[in-house]
Amino acid sequence: MSTTTAAAAELAVQAKEAALRSEGYWAGVWKRLRRDPVTIACASVLLLMLLVIVFAPLVAPHDPYQGSMIRRLRPIGTDNHLLGTDELGRDMLTRLIFGGRLSWFMGIVPVFLAFLIGTTLGVLAGFAGGRVNMLIMRVTDVFYAFPSVLLAVAISGALGAGIVNAILALTLVFVPQIIRVAESVTTGVRNLDFVEAARASGASAFTIVRVHVLGNVLGPIFVYATSLISVCMILASGLSFLGLGTRPPEPEWGLMLNTLRTAIYVQPWVAVLPGACIFVTSICFNLVSDGLRQAMDVKG
Amino acid sequence: MFLYLVKRTIYAIPIALAVGFVCFMLVQIAPGDPINAIVPPDASEELVEQVRRDYGLDKPLPVQFGLWLLKVVQGDLGRSLATGRPVWADLSSAIGNTLTLAVAASLIGFVLGCVLGGLAGTFRGSVLDRVAVTTAVAGVSVPHYWLGMVLVVIFSVQLNWLPAMGAGPGGSSDWVWDWEHLQHLVLPAVTLSVIPMGIVTRTVRGIVAEIMNQEFVTALRGKGLTRMAIFLHVVKNAAPNALAVMGLQLGYLMGGSILVETVFSWPGTGLLLNSAIFQRDLPVLQGTILVLAMFFVALNLCVDLIQTALDPRIKRA
Repeated sequence: MSTTTAAAAELAVQAKEAALRSEGYWAGVWKRLRRDPVTIACASVLLLMLLVIVFAPLVAPHDPYQGSMIRRLRPIGTDNHLLGTDELGRDMLTRLIFGGRLSWFMGIVPVFLAFLIGTTLGVLAGFAGGRVNMLIMRVTDVFYAFPSVLLAVAISGALGAGIVNAILALTLVFVPQIIRVAESVTTGVRNLDFVEAARASGASAFTIVRVHVLGNVLGPIFVYATSLISVCMILASGLSFLGLGTRPPEPEWGLMLNTLRTAIYVQPWVAVLPGACIFVTSICFNLVSDGLRQAMDVKG
Repeated sequence: MFLYLVKRTIYAIPIALAVGFVCFMLVQIAPGDPINAIVPPDASEELVEQVRRDYGLDKPLPVQFGLWLLKVVQGDLGRSLATGRPVWADLSSAIGNTLTLAVAASLIGFVLGCVLGGLAGTFRGSVLDRVAVTTAVAGVSVPHYWLGMVLVVIFSVQLNWLPAMGAGPGGSSDWVWDWEHLQHLVLPAVTLSVIPMGIVTRTVRGIVAEIMNQEFVTALRGKGLTRMAIFLHVVKNAAPNALAVMGLQLGYLMGGSILVETVFSWPGTGLLLNSAIFQRDLPVLQGTILVLAMFFVALNLCVDLIQTALDPRIKRA
């Protein structure tokens, strides 16, 4: 008898210690992320880029708009112009640093807006069900019936060139995609027992959504949204490449790629530099998103 | 199953109508009076009024949509502002070229994706798997218009092996199946194929890995079947999903080739769209987008129907 009591007490102590040792969800995520060298490397590259972009006026060696007609299209490694000069004699390194500002802005802002709008509508559709769900999801189906590049080109082509129009078009491209994900995870959570229990204990719909639903769906939606940043950046630069986004002389990677297109016979390697920047950024965002998905153990 | 096929086909009709409505609205959301999208800016006041009545632009929006739809169904997409020719005339030849490019790119992407994804899924965790996964991520992350420029720099500018522009010698825009035209197809098709390659690799890897873990594969092994025979079983199980992904990719490529077509001056719908955007030629913009989107809707439907027919296990609502 006394031995079993002692054993039980021992077990209770062990359980208490285990509970103290076990960390929260986010500590676990962070622990898994730290052990993933690819994600850490990519995140570091992105962080470095972000710092350079934010402090562009301090870092950039020249003026991004000031060209020189006698120093046009210098090759990579020219004195005073590490990465050469563009078709108007402007320093490439400077333009690439400043160009990152708009490229990053246009890659992230539409996804962020779409995340806000898409999550709201998707959770609403998933939680409310019935007619509300029907209405939201059928409208989503229509926008899903367009290939995303085509939809972006169609809307910004009709609205006309400009950064605001491009952001509007891209947001509209990503909202339906986020709605679909948000709706499906919300529908999954809504039917779980703890939601039923919360309802039975008298929680209002608002409280259930805020406490029980959002806490469980925001993670997967967020991970999905991060995977869209890479696509958005390529699309945004693509719109500028077509002359639909940024307008010259504003530095932006896609637009720079377009204006340097005619120079590929003169300075081919200088001309493809802006695209390399887009590629590096986009692949890093993709790999970080993959790492997050694994660390947060999100399915799908 | 037959009931599902009928239901799915009927469901495509409201979607097609709604897609048509979005295309119709494109001209409405464009800044300025939509009448400016139809008549040239130097037209006289009387002509403008005349056209406004003829096109029914003085009527309420739903009526306008009905009238527009009636014309579209009859194959009348309006006239180009820039050339004055019917939109359909330019569009019909461009669609063929885009289809050639998209099909070629899909085939390359599908074959490469299946090989890479199949190997990666079979030998999970190996070096081969890592290479395949990295290639797939690179494929979906690369700005393909930039990849096109890089390929031009390497194979046209530096090595001088392949032509950089157009669909045929002397800038001809009519496609013929001969060696000279094929040379023009190589670079744009390879460029465009990286996206489906990446996506098919990811999908096939996932499907194959899942199938390899199933009990029936173990049973086949236990039965003493050769690797080849087991491989055939896996292919049979993976094919419907892989084909469905590929079918949708073809549609995405048709609609998304605008950037690659711009880089290579490929005379397809993308180049047409590009010049329409440049000249603010709204009828051409609207017509091209409508046709491409309808193609995508039809393709979606076909893929669903074929997949259901191929794989009766898939339960549909």
